[in-house]
Amino acid sequence: MELREYDLNMGPQHPSTHGVLRLKLAVDNEVVLGVEPVLGYLHRGMEKLWESLTYHQVVPLTDRLDYLASLSNNLGYCLTVEKLAGIEVPGRARYIRVVLAELQRLASHLAWVGFMANDIGAMSVLLYAFEAREDVLDIFEEYCGARLTLHGIRIGGAVRDLDAPLVARIRAVLGKVPDRLDDVRALLDENRIWKERTVGVGRLSGADAVAHGLTGPALRASGVPWDMRKDIPYSSYDDFDFEVPLGANGDVYDRYLVRLGEIGQSIRIVRQALDGLPDGEFAAKVPRVLKIAPGEAFHTIEAPKGVLGFTVRSNGTDKPERVKMRSPSFINLQALDAMCRGYMFSDVIGILGSLDIVLGEIDK
Amino acid sequence: MPEDAADRTGLDGILEALTGRFPGAVLAGAFERNELSVRLAKESLASVLRFLKDEAGFNALEDIAVFDNLGAAGGDGRFTVVYRLCRFPGALRLRLAADVAEGASLPSAVPVYRSADWAAREAFDMFGVLFDGHPDLRRIYMPDDFEGHPLRKDFPLAGRNGGA
Repeated sequence: MELREYDLNMGPQHPSTHGVLRLKLAVDNEVVLGVEPVLGYLHRGMEKLWESLTYHQVVPLTDRLDYLASLSNNLGYCLTVEKLAGIEVPGRARYIRVVLAELQRLASHLAWVGFMANDIGAMSVLLYAFEAREDVLDIFEEYCGARLTLHGIRIGGAVRDLDAPLVARIRAVLGKVPDRLDDVRALLDENRIWKERTVGVGRLSGADAVAHGLTGPALRASGVPWDMRKDIPYSSYDDFDFEVPLGANGDVYDRYLVRLGEIGQSIRIVRQALDGLPDGEFAAKVPRVLKIAPGEAFHTIEAPKGVLGFTVRSNGTDKPERVKMRSPSFINLQALDAMCRGYMFSDVIGILGSLDIVLGEIDK
Repeated sequence: MPEDAADRTGLDGILEALTGRFPGAVLAGAFERNELSVRLAKESLASVLRFLKDEAGFNALEDIAVFDNLGAAGGDGRFTVVYRLCRFPGALRLRLAADVAEGASLPSAVPVYRSADWAAREAFDMFGVLFDGHPDLRRIYMPDDFEGHPLRKDFPLAGRNGGA
C-alpha cells in the first residue's frame, strides 16, 4: 500500500471530544502517528478571577471546573483553604463530605460509562447509566437545590445537615444503583463489539503512566495502586473499609472495569459513612470575612478524574494572593499521544473517552 | 550510594542528602505544614531533579505552580516557581522552589519528568517564565498571537485598552 502521511483535524466541534477540544492527528493511512491536543477554547481565566474574590466567593466558581463532579472541586478547594487557615472541620461535616464526594464519584462514573459506550456506538447503555445517575442527581437537588454545578461544600463544612428523610432517600438509591450497574455490565462485559473496541486498545504500562503524570482510574487501570483516599487520607477516609480496584493490562477495557469497580466501592463507603454519621455540627464556625495570614498550602484529593490539587497562597487579606489548580484531566490528557500511537484512527475516540476528561477543568 | 538514598524513608534524609550532594544549591530547607520545602538556586534545578528522581525515588512530578512576587520586598526574583514532587508507594511529598527574574529562564524539568511538559507551557503562557531545554515551549491556553501574560499581577484587569 502506498504510504500516505497527512494531518487530520478533529474538533473543536466534534460530538465525541467531550467539550471544545481540538486534536491535531498525524496519520499514515488509518494508523495514528501522533496526537496533539490543542487547548484553550474554554479558557475562562478562572485563576485570575479567583484573585479578585474572597475565599468564600471562590467556592461556587469551582463548581464550573469539572462540571460532572462539582462537589469534588468544592471539597478540594475548601480543604486547602482550611489547611492554610487552620480551620478544624467537625466530624459530622467530614462524614457528610465523604457521602457527597462518593455520591459525586458515582454520578461521574455513571455519566462516563454512558458517554463512553455511546461514543463507541452502544447507545442503549447511556439510558441505563443515566437512569441511575438521575436518582443521584435528585439527591443532590434535594440537598442543595441544584443538579449540575451544584454547591454542597463550604469552607468549614457542608451547606446543610443530612436529615433523616434524606439519609433514607440516599439508602434507597444505593439499593437501586447495583441493579442498573448489572444492566450496564450485562450489556458490555462480554459484548463482542465492545471488547473488540476496548481490549488491548490504548495500552499504557504502569511505568509509562507514572512518567506521564497520569492519576486516577486511568493510572490504576495500569496496575499502579495510587489513590489519595488510601495513601494520603483526608476528611476521615481512613475510617472506612474499602478497596482500590486495579487493572492489569492498562487498556481501555481495564479503565472501564476499574471505574465500574469504583462505583461499587463508593456505595460501600457511603453506607459506612451513613451508618457511622457522628453527632455534632455540620459546619465549623468560620468568619464571614475570612482573613488568612501570609502562607501557602497544597492539598490533594482523589477526584473522580484523578488527583485534584489546589495550591493557595494568602497575603493577610480576605482574598487569595493566588490559587493554582492541579487539574487531573489536564495532566492526564498529556498521555493521549502515547496511548494513541500505533493504533487505528477509529480507536482515538475510545482512547480519549477512556481518559475521562472534562474540558471545564482542563481549560480552567 | 543510590540504595542508601532510596532506603531513607523520612524527608529528613532527603534534605541531608540534598545539602550534602549539592553544596550551595540549597538556599533553605524547612518543614512547613508537615511537608519538606526546599528553596534552590535555579541553576542547580536540573541536576537536583535528576538526583531526586533517579536516586531518591521521587517518581512523579505532580504540579508546577508560579507565583508573581511583584512589589514584594526583599525578593531577588520576580517569580517563584514551585515544583511538587511525589514518591510512591510511601506517599512522600517534596516542594522545590526557585526564584527567577523577569525574562530569565529556568532549566526545563521535561528531560527528567515528562509530565512537566504542559505545566511548563502553562507557566510560560500565564507568566512568561522561560524554560531552557523545553521541547515545545508554546502558549497552551491563549491564542498564539496573544500579547502579554494574563496571570501576572500587572496585567490590566479591564484589558489593555481599558475594556473598550
